[in-house]
Amino acid sequence: MRKLLGIFGSVWGGVITHKLRSFLTMLGIVIGVGAVIVLMGVGKGTTESVVSRLSNLGANTLFISPGATQSSGGVRTAFGSANTLTLEDAEAISTDVSNVEAVAPSSSTTVQAIVGVQNMRATVLGVTPSYQPVYNVQMSEGSFISADDYSADAQIAVIGSTVATDLFPSTDPLGQQIRAGNYILTVTGVMQTSGQSISGSTDNDIITPLSTLQLLGGQQLTADGDHVVRTIGIEETDVKDATQVTNDITTLLLQRHNISDPTKADFTITSVEALLASVTSVSNQMTLLLGAIAAISLLVGGIGVMNIMLVSVLERTREIGIRKALGAQESDIWLQFLIEAAFLTFTGGIIGVGLGLGAAYVVNRLNLFTTIVTPDVIILAVSVSIGIGLFFGFYPAWNASRLDPIKALRSE
Amino acid sequence: MITLEGLTKSYKMGKENLVVLKGLNLQVNKGELVAIMGASGSGKTTLLNIVGCLDRPTTGKYYFEDKEVSRLKSSDLARIRGQKIGFIFQTFNLLSRISALGNVELGMTYAGGVNRQRAIEALTKVGLGKRIHHLPLELSGGEQQRVAIARAIVKDPSLFLADEPTGQLDSKSGEEVISILLSLNAEQGTTLVMVTHDASIAHRCKRIIHLKDGEIIGEENI
Repeated sequence: MRKLLGIFGSVWGGVITHKLRSFLTMLGIVIGVGAVIVLMGVGKGTTESVVSRLSNLGANTLFISPGATQSSGGVRTAFGSANTLTLEDAEAISTDVSNVEAVAPSSSTTVQAIVGVQNMRATVLGVTPSYQPVYNVQMSEGSFISADDYSADAQIAVIGSTVATDLFPSTDPLGQQIRAGNYILTVTGVMQTSGQSISGSTDNDIITPLSTLQLLGGQQLTADGDHVVRTIGIEETDVKDATQVTNDITTLLLQRHNISDPTKADFTITSVEALLASVTSVSNQMTLLLGAIAAISLLVGGIGVMNIMLVSVLERTREIGIRKALGAQESDIWLQFLIEAAFLTFTGGIIGVGLGLGAAYVVNRLNLFTTIVTPDVIILAVSVSIGIGLFFGFYPAWNASRLDPIKALRSE
Repeated sequence: MITLEGLTKSYKMGKENLVVLKGLNLQVNKGELVAIMGASGSGKTTLLNIVGCLDRPTTGKYYFEDKEVSRLKSSDLARIRGQKIGFIFQTFNLLSRISALGNVELGMTYAGGVNRQRAIEALTKVGLGKRIHHLPLELSGGEQQRVAIARAIVKDPSLFLADEPTGQLDSKSGEEVISILLSLNAEQGTTLVMVTHDASIAHRCKRIIHLKDGEIIGEENI
C-alpha cells in the first residue's frame, strides 16, 4: 500500500513536470470522449424523439390508407389518393373483425375559417367519437365530440392549439363560433398542442363530426353511394392481436372491394408497432454508426498516448536506471508508467465528459438536434478512456520495465 | 559479507568477445573499508556493478551475505539492491525534478516505505537539514552528493558502494563527502567499498585493491 502510494507520487511528479505535454496527450482523449458523448447523445435523442412521436399513438394502432404500396405489373395507384375506403368499410370492420377496440374513419377538406377579422386556412377533419382513443387526443379544455354530437350532425368544432391562438387571440374560444365555408361551427373543445407526429399534427385542425363534414360538402361518394373516407384508424385490443386483426381486415376489405388477388389490394395497412420497430432499428444503427465514428477519434487519441508514453520512457531512461539502482522492481516501473498512461487518459476522459455534456447541452439549446446523454454512455466513455490508457500504455511501460539498469544509468 | 570466486565478466562486441573481468577472487568482511584502484578500463566499475547486484557475472560465483546471488532472478536482485545496498555514484544520479527530501524518500520507496521523519534526519546527518526543499540544481555538487549519501543511509543498508564519489567535486567538497563516508564506517561499522582514482583518498581506507586489465594485481593493508 505504501509502495503504491509512492508510485502514485512518482506518477503525479511525472505528469506535473511536463504539464504541456500531459495536456496535449490528454487532448486527444478529451476530444474523443467528448465526440462520443455528443454523437451518442444526438443519436439517442433522435431515436427517442421519433419513438415518442410514434408511441404517442400506441403500438396497438393500425392505419388503413387507400391505394396500394406495391404494384404487381399493373398501374400502381398513388398511395393515399384513391377513393377506395369508405365509412361503410369502417362499420364492417367494427362489426365483423374481432379484437378491435375502436375504429376511427376520418376524412378532411380544407376551408377558410373566419372569426371576426381573424381568418386562416384550416383543415376540417371529419371524425367519429372513437377518433379520440385511437389517435390519443388530449384536450386542454372543453370536450371531444360525443356519440350524441355525431348522431345529431352537431355543428360543433374541436380545434387545435394553433387554430385557437390564430382565430381567438384574446378570447376564450369555448362557445365561440367559427365560419367555415358556408357553415357556422360552435367551438366545444380545444386540443392540447400535439406537435408533429406520424399521423400529422392536429394543431392546425378543426375537428367536426364526420356526419357534419358531409353537410359541409367535403365528402365524396363512391359509385355505389358509399361515403369515401381518407383514413381508417384501428385500435386493437392488444398489440399481440396485430397479425390476426391485419389478416382479418385484409380478407374483409378484399371481399368488400371484390378483389380476388391479394397483391392487387387497393388499400394499405400500416401498423404503428411495425413502424416503431423499423424506425427504432434504423435509429439504433445510426447511433451505433455515430458512436463508431467517435470511437475512431478515441482510437487516434489512444495512439497519441502511446506515442507520448514511448517518448516519455526514452526521455526518462536515466530516471528509470536510478529507480532500478535504488531497488525498484520491474513491476514497480511497469506500474508507474501504466498508471501514468491510465491517469492521463482517465483525466482526459473526465474532462471529455464535461466538454461533451456542455456541447450536448448547447446543441440542444440551439435546436440543432435533440440530445439525450444517459449515464451508461458516460460510464462507458470513461471506462473506455481508462482502458485506452492501459492498452496503449502497456507496451511503453513494458519497454521501460525491461531497461537494463546499467545502460539506463549511463544514458544522458 | 562479500565473497567472489573465479568471477569473470565478458561482453559481446560484435564478433569480438570483450573480457572485462578475468577470474577475480576476493573476500570482504563485514565492517571493512575497502578502496578499489585502477586505471580506466581496468574493470573497477564493472566489478562494483556486479557486487552491487546491478549486473551478473558471466561465470564464477558471488556470495553476498553467504548467499550465492549471481544466478538470482532480476526481481530478487532488485530486492537486495533496495534493502541491503546503498549506492553513491560519481554523477550523483539524483532526480532533478524533485527536492532533496523527495530524492531521499525515493530511496525509501523501494526499501519498505517512506518515512518522512527519517528522511529529514538523514539529510540533517549529512549537514543539509536546512536545504531539504531545494531542487538538486539549486545545490552545489558537494551538496548533491551529500543528498545521494542521505538517500543511501536512510535505508540503513549493510553495504555501501561508492563509485568515484568525489570524481566531479572540488577538493573541499570532496573532502566533506569522504569524511562523511568514512565516519559512517568508523561510527556505525558499515561496510564500504569505494572505487577511486585518488591515491590520497584510497590511503585513508584500511585496504586497497589494485585492479589492472580485469585482474587483481595487488593488495595493500594500511
